[in-house]
Amino acid sequence: MLLEQLINGLTLGSIYAIVALGFTLVFGVLGIINMAHGEIFMVGAFVGVMTTGVLGWPLWLAFIASIVVTGILGYLLERMTLRPLRGKKGVSHLAPLISTIGVSILLENLSHHIFGAGNKPFRTEFAEISIEIGSVSIYIVQIVIFVISIVLMIGLSVWLSKTKAGKALRATAENLETASILGVNTKKIITLTVIIASAMGGIAGILVGMAFNSVSPQMGLAIGLKGLAIIILGGMGNVKGAMVGGLILGLSETFLVAYGDSGYRDAIAFIMIIFILLLRPQGIFGSKIAEGR
Amino acid sequence: MKVLRKASLFFSVLMLLLLTACSGESTGNEGSTTEQTDEKISAKFGVISYLTGAGAAYGEAITQGLKLAQSEINENGEVNIELVIEDSAGEAEQALSASQKLMSDDSTLAIIGPTLSTEFFAVAPEADLNGITIMGTSTTAEGIPEIGDYVFRNAIPEALAIPTAMEKAIERTGAKKVAMIYGNDDVLTQSGFDTMKKTAEEMGLEILTIETFQKGQSDYNAQLTKIKNTNPDLILASALYNEGAVIMDQARKMGIEVPFVGGNGFNSPQVIEIAGDAANGLIVATPWFGESDEQKVVEFNEKYEAAYGKRPDQFAAQAYDALYIYADALKRAGEADRELFHEALAETKDFEGLLGNFSFDEIGDVVMDVKVVEIKDGKFIEFE
Repeated sequence: MLLEQLINGLTLGSIYAIVALGFTLVFGVLGIINMAHGEIFMVGAFVGVMTTGVLGWPLWLAFIASIVVTGILGYLLERMTLRPLRGKKGVSHLAPLISTIGVSILLENLSHHIFGAGNKPFRTEFAEISIEIGSVSIYIVQIVIFVISIVLMIGLSVWLSKTKAGKALRATAENLETASILGVNTKKIITLTVIIASAMGGIAGILVGMAFNSVSPQMGLAIGLKGLAIIILGGMGNVKGAMVGGLILGLSETFLVAYGDSGYRDAIAFIMIIFILLLRPQGIFGSKIAEGR
Repeated sequence: MKVLRKASLFFSVLMLLLLTACSGESTGNEGSTTEQTDEKISAKFGVISYLTGAGAAYGEAITQGLKLAQSEINENGEVNIELVIEDSAGEAEQALSASQKLMSDDSTLAIIGPTLSTEFFAVAPEADLNGITIMGTSTTAEGIPEIGDYVFRNAIPEALAIPTAMEKAIERTGAKKVAMIYGNDDVLTQSGFDTMKKTAEEMGLEILTIETFQKGQSDYNAQLTKIKNTNPDLILASALYNEGAVIMDQARKMGIEVPFVGGNGFNSPQVIEIAGDAANGLIVATPWFGESDEQKVVEFNEKYEAAYGKRPDQFAAQAYDALYIYADALKRAGEADRELFHEALAETKDFEGLLGNFSFDEIGDVVMDVKVVEIKDGKFIEFE
């Protein structure tokens, strides 16, 4: 039972972590919370359902389709709703937050109209493969989810600290104007960030579809709130924080159900936020510099 | 900048389109108000339904069932019915304000809905106070018709459906130990759970564990692992089908092979759509058996599928019947008067609807036969 629940917790935690990575990346660079991230995640899941279920594409192609579609959505998000508000006089710093909420409502209702209400099944043979260890069955999907989340975290960390683009991104995050003066194409960097974050949302979406076999237009909201809780927990704008925060939340939710009362499952994220805000407001991995942006 | 302006223009237009798309649904039949023309009785019924949000699938089925019935009734020509459909979004507050809007219109003869029992408990006392007849088509929680004189329902109560299903299931499987799982944030699933628990205790079953979940959750592995380890003979699941189907899918994947007994909200062909083979072994009691070869059921299935491209579920069937019951009462009332209509409706007896022989008891609750069905080989069949 312990092992099974541990696997459940790690699977859930890894998914939370991937969602939170997308949140944290956008926050790190732009200093805004992208409320549409949950809905982009949902679109990614639907692209997976449509390409594998209706069109009969193989899974790897579905992944690519999902990344491409959510990447394009990320581009449109930046181009149409974030850039027009950036650096303009008289625009409140809350404006981009509100406009991403608008996008999230648009996407949710759009997919409601296109796909209809209710859960859609996600059928792939890949999701059926499992290994039996004693009475415990581990699905390959669960391992894949865990591995992908680790790879994404490491990849992102390396990319941010070692590559030129990553350095430019960090410079942009540090100070947009200075980076721009020093020859960094900040427009391009910001666009790239939003695209990468959205594509990661798309990957998370398709993974959730495979692991839990439930995709609905409303799935973005719940996971979006969890993602938000995680980046507060792990530290806003921090890659490691998102990963660790995601795993902590996934594991604690699972173990609360296993050894406690399942009725309090959703409460745990918010209880954690209360404590972290009281004890360490910058989050587990956060530094105080990140504040005041 | 030019591109940008174009883009934002495009975006605004898109938003506007979406807005109109939202409001486009809210009126059924334009025109005629409550007046008699050429001896034909016209009436306006208000409908409150769960059309946006996590449970929009239920509201969709209900309004589709209503609209199908409406077009048939109006075509038939004896009475002319207009539906004014309001969205409740699954929220009691919004359902209440929608009902106030409908009730403040003097030409509203009676109300159908809202969808969830939670919402119904907020709306029905208000309607009763105003002397407006209200009928729930999907509200199966306990205590609904007891709210007042003007409150009716044609959905069979959980207190009738669940014990019947449980008795039959236990008769065949000989189960002694059961595990329970239910949604604890909804009056319907909560009330279904109470009934299940009471029945289980009366039958002397051992309850191994009780697990809960919330609306819109997608990962049930933690609860199911716990259930699996207690090794039950039977699982009692008080869930709406949307969540229930996913629960079954994840349970089967985990290696839980025992049958599930569900409440009324679990009964839908969508369970098979969503869960596939994993849906086998679901046992529910229902007034609506979609696979029946009765003439009227087959015809309804065909008409519904032709109109909406999918098979009807019990929510659609019950809504369809509800409008026919209203139309029947309207005919007997002779005119669109709230008092006369209420009296006529209360007298409904042996009404031959899609769901079978239907009557109201003294308090406005359902009197009808319940069938127990199970899913086997990807199909609903009668439980033996």
